Amino acid sequence: MKKSGIIGGVVAVLLVGGAAAAVAIAWRPAIAATDPAAEQSFDPAQVKRGRELAALGNCNSCHTVRGGKNFAGGLPVPTPFGAVFSSNITPDPETGIGRWPEAAFRRAMRSGVDREGRHLYPTFPYDHLTNVSDDDDRALYAFLMTREPVHAPARSNQLSFPFDHRVVIAGWKLLFLRAGAYKPDTTKSPEWNRGAYLVEGLAHCGACHTPRNALGAEQTTASFAGGDVDNWKAYAINAQSPAPVPWDADALFTYLRDGFHPDHGTARGPMAEVVSNLSAVPASDVRAIATYMADVFGKPSPVRKLQGETVLAQAKQGAAPPPESEGGKIYAAACAGCHESSRPPPYGGIHLGLSTAISSPDPRNLANIVLAGVVPIEGERSPIMPGFAAVMNDRQVAVLLEYLRSRFRGHPAWHDLEKTIADARRTQTAYVQNSAGPTNAPADPAQRDKP
Amino acid sequence: MTTLKVNGRDHQVDAEPDTPLLYVLRDDLKLNAAKFGCGLGQCGSCTVIVDGKAVLSCVTPLVLLEGKQVTTLEGLGSTSALAPIQRAFIEEQAAQCGYCIAGMMMRAQALLQRVRHPTDEQIRSELAPHLCRCGTHMRIIRAVHRAARMMDFAALSPANKEGAQ
Repeated sequence: MKKSGIIGGVVAVLLVGGAAAAVAIAWRPAIAATDPAAEQSFDPAQVKRGRELAALGNCNSCHTVRGGKNFAGGLPVPTPFGAVFSSNITPDPETGIGRWPEAAFRRAMRSGVDREGRHLYPTFPYDHLTNVSDDDDRALYAFLMTREPVHAPARSNQLSFPFDHRVVIAGWKLLFLRAGAYKPDTTKSPEWNRGAYLVEGLAHCGACHTPRNALGAEQTTASFAGGDVDNWKAYAINAQSPAPVPWDADALFTYLRDGFHPDHGTARGPMAEVVSNLSAVPASDVRAIATYMADVFGKPSPVRKLQGETVLAQAKQGAAPPPESEGGKIYAAACAGCHESSRPPPYGGIHLGLSTAISSPDPRNLANIVLAGVVPIEGERSPIMPGFAAVMNDRQVAVLLEYLRSRFRGHPAWHDLEKTIADARRTQTAYVQNSAGPTNAPADPAQRDKP
Repeated sequence: MTTLKVNGRDHQVDAEPDTPLLYVLRDDLKLNAAKFGCGLGQCGSCTVIVDGKAVLSCVTPLVLLEGKQVTTLEGLGSTSALAPIQRAFIEEQAAQCGYCIAGMMMRAQALLQRVRHPTDEQIRSELAPHLCRCGTHMRIIRAVHRAARMMDFAALSPANKEGAQ
């Protein structure tokens, strides 16, 4: 972010925030606390629906931490303004939302205000959740209120001035929160509309896949043009998609449902949690998301289509030219055994000509995956790849990545590759080596189909 | 010719740079502790230690090893002078068919060099990439704890005590 942008942003926030405070727009009343509702007071069918909706909303990704209790919060979400910690959304009366009536929950989803009337930071994606229907909010509430209550006090946010003052959020909302229910497009199919409702609302895909402006809001002119999440690139999922083979609705459905598609590969990084969750929701909802997103990607141009077909044909041929360079030799022993085997996962990986990580203008995902590998999910059939952090130094990884880039895409080389790799080593390998649990957070299979 | 440092000795190896380390160890140097399991880096039976870290030798080409120290199970101890990790695995009877065990011991050794007293959770997480079809997992975990205690004891023995003080 440019310095002038930051200063401009700060001034704008102060002005807007101040003005908002002056006309008392910022003030929201508290909603009276109630006694926690008895678990039996919720309809089991509604609770089950709420579980599916929570999976569609990927709530556990932020509200559950590694090794922690479900939905007890405490995850630091890094932003350019500091870290915001996710909150406890279990029904604990003291530290969770146990004393929130349904109206307070709905208000939080609609407009990002907690029961006491405090503005919530937009790391909670109410700019999307505002679209969620009353019925769906009710089911989500029923699901959350029937979870195990966990006593886990909120951790203090670590934000710089003036962002540590919640009045600023009121200004942000004036600028960027467009409240209102989803309005169906009558020219489109019900399935398309269902997908649009989910993607733009509860599933909040744009929160990662749309770039953000200086004030941390999604750039409405660049919807789905690619964003950043942790140390990963959330790829562009519109016409600018870097995928070697263009996506269509069928491929999207398979990928989102199973976490893998033979023409595209496997979901990993933060997307692994998303596809894990989507494996536990009704197939019709995943199909709807795929239908809508295929439209967002748009029909590929004839050139793009031909490129995709060429890559697929090359992938089928397999056989690599004899590798002569250092990168080629590393590739031959470390990668080709699986990636040129044509075997399905977990015994083989996709031909790397199909890899979006290699064709992406941003090398971070490839660096992350080469260093940390793909850790299989305990108790589930899932892709696996060994990480190479222990045996390759930064220079060797860079040599390999350059080889992959030039051999499989012929795109211009990446800049600052060694720095990217050093950053990836710091963030990813520390993460993998220090964590006790799986790298992905699977939807617990034992819990599926239960209310 | 490539120079490869294995168990403290330099070896001149006549192999292509893209030859997996496992093949060099077994075929050229006749060090047969590391096993060929899947050849895909998925089972862990080929694990050796490179510069203190556990590495899957079947997917590690020679070209990556210049200037690095390779340690195999043969470098830790022998039948006449067992290393603590080997003694612990024997005393806990942690092997059944034993095919995975050399790899298990190497990664456990790397863990113990980094963490002197790992918890059950740390051992499970560290050894998660290793497959054992016989099902001796609980004995393996006990063996790693036992090896940790043995290494403590070895550190307190008179020979080392002088150095420590």
